[in-house]
Amino acid sequence: MIAFADVNYFEPWWVQIVKAVVIFAVVFAILPVSIVWERKLLGRFQMRYGPNRVGPYGYLQPIAEFVKVALKEPFRPTTAVGFLYMLAPAIAMICAIGALAIIPWGTVQRIGSTPVGLYGIDVSIGPLYVFALGGISFYGILLGGWSSGSKYSFLGAMRGAAQLISYEVSQSLALVGVLISAQTLSLTGIVNAQKGMWYFIPQFFGLLVFFAASMAEANRAPFDLSEADTELVGGYFTEYGGLQWVAYMFSEYANMIVASAMVTTLFLGGWLLPFGLHPPGFVDPIVVLVKMFLVFSLFVWIRATLPRFRYDQLMSFGWKILLPLATANLLVTAIIVVH
Amino acid sequence: MAYDPSDVIEVIRRPPRGAVASTYRAFGETLRGLKTTFARVVEGTDVVQYPEEKVPVYPRFRGRHRLNRFEDTGLEKCIGCSLCAAACPADCIRVVAAENTPEHRVSAGERYAAVYEINLSRCIFCGYCEIACPFDAITMGHDYELSDYHRTDLIFTKEMLLAEPIERTPLRQEGE
Repeated sequence: MIAFADVNYFEPWWVQIVKAVVIFAVVFAILPVSIVWERKLLGRFQMRYGPNRVGPYGYLQPIAEFVKVALKEPFRPTTAVGFLYMLAPAIAMICAIGALAIIPWGTVQRIGSTPVGLYGIDVSIGPLYVFALGGISFYGILLGGWSSGSKYSFLGAMRGAAQLISYEVSQSLALVGVLISAQTLSLTGIVNAQKGMWYFIPQFFGLLVFFAASMAEANRAPFDLSEADTELVGGYFTEYGGLQWVAYMFSEYANMIVASAMVTTLFLGGWLLPFGLHPPGFVDPIVVLVKMFLVFSLFVWIRATLPRFRYDQLMSFGWKILLPLATANLLVTAIIVVH
Repeated sequence: MAYDPSDVIEVIRRPPRGAVASTYRAFGETLRGLKTTFARVVEGTDVVQYPEEKVPVYPRFRGRHRLNRFEDTGLEKCIGCSLCAAACPADCIRVVAAENTPEHRVSAGERYAAVYEINLSRCIFCGYCEIACPFDAITMGHDYELSDYHRTDLIFTKEMLLAEPIERTPLRQEGE
């Protein structure tokens, strides 16, 4: 049997299950909060309050919306390819949630006498696992757009696929700079390697490229061409409604959370704190959450600032600016590391 | 028209940006944009929370109509002349006049409006009725919250128009 994870300590099977449930629960609790936080923050950027009617300060808004959408009639176009039409949102959802398994929330803690790593699993291929799932999540978009049997969905899906493929190249190249600095693929190893200096200083251009490309990967404005609600009605999920639409929206926000977590882990020192602070281990997940929250807010800030790219701008930005920048960053890092 | 080469305007394009300039444009200009949007957060919200807060209306705001009485005698000012109904471009006023008798005196003139109805679902709030009225009997009030569940509920009768309105709309003060 192939060991696909390097866990160099014994972790009982029930700890693994408990960890999986906890991570799943925490992330599903974060998702609605992130949705309402995004809307409130966007409101502030536009000099308004955002949702403030449902519940205290409007924080129950996502629950009201979920109930509203969940009670909708499930429908599909007659031209839809039934099985794929049902499967596509599930693929998008599974890939987005699956990537959360490897996000490190802290170091190994001893609970009682049991060592517990504060992460789903410390995969030896680390970020490549995220890229693999990102690659599969293409199918969520592509199949969803194609199987809807509508030209707008199909156009959105084609745009989405082209965009994701272009930006994945620069994203992974920007990542390689971090990997050769840390000389490991394990995400906990990368965080531990940042003990001297967080990578956003030596890998500043890597951070720029990775951040921009992550935004494109998560289909966020200004890279939301695949949705482009003003041109394509809604892109690949035009023909979706009800809970399947919710699955797409949740996967988009989960992708954003994964992207924030990746930026936090790779560039912002994960659970590490500056100024020689060493809080007890149970604070680590909170530190990661706060950093993720800041990165997420930056996503929203950029969404509030930039209009959507034109298609040719998208392509030239990806291939003519991000890719050379990532390559130059990689070369310089490699020379410094080898020298 | 014949083709004249000198008519053609030559388009002068600047040279394409270099690598550094376009990279700066992508990231540096974005920073400027981020500064602009963040200044809006600092500036604070500019929102009137409508059902709780209302924008005060100007004194000459043309809202829902009112029928007026004389303050001293309590008699209705309207004499049922139907000039408002004649002036109304939307044809939403219906007046049926009746004679005043010494026992039953409603208005100051010879006649009074036995029926006075305004169909507010047709009214365009132009204020011509107010201008047409020789006795200032009908004036435009300040109330603009007029939604209802049935069309028939929007036909305001004489009693409703005569009643003292609930001041739901704040009036703009001097210098505000």
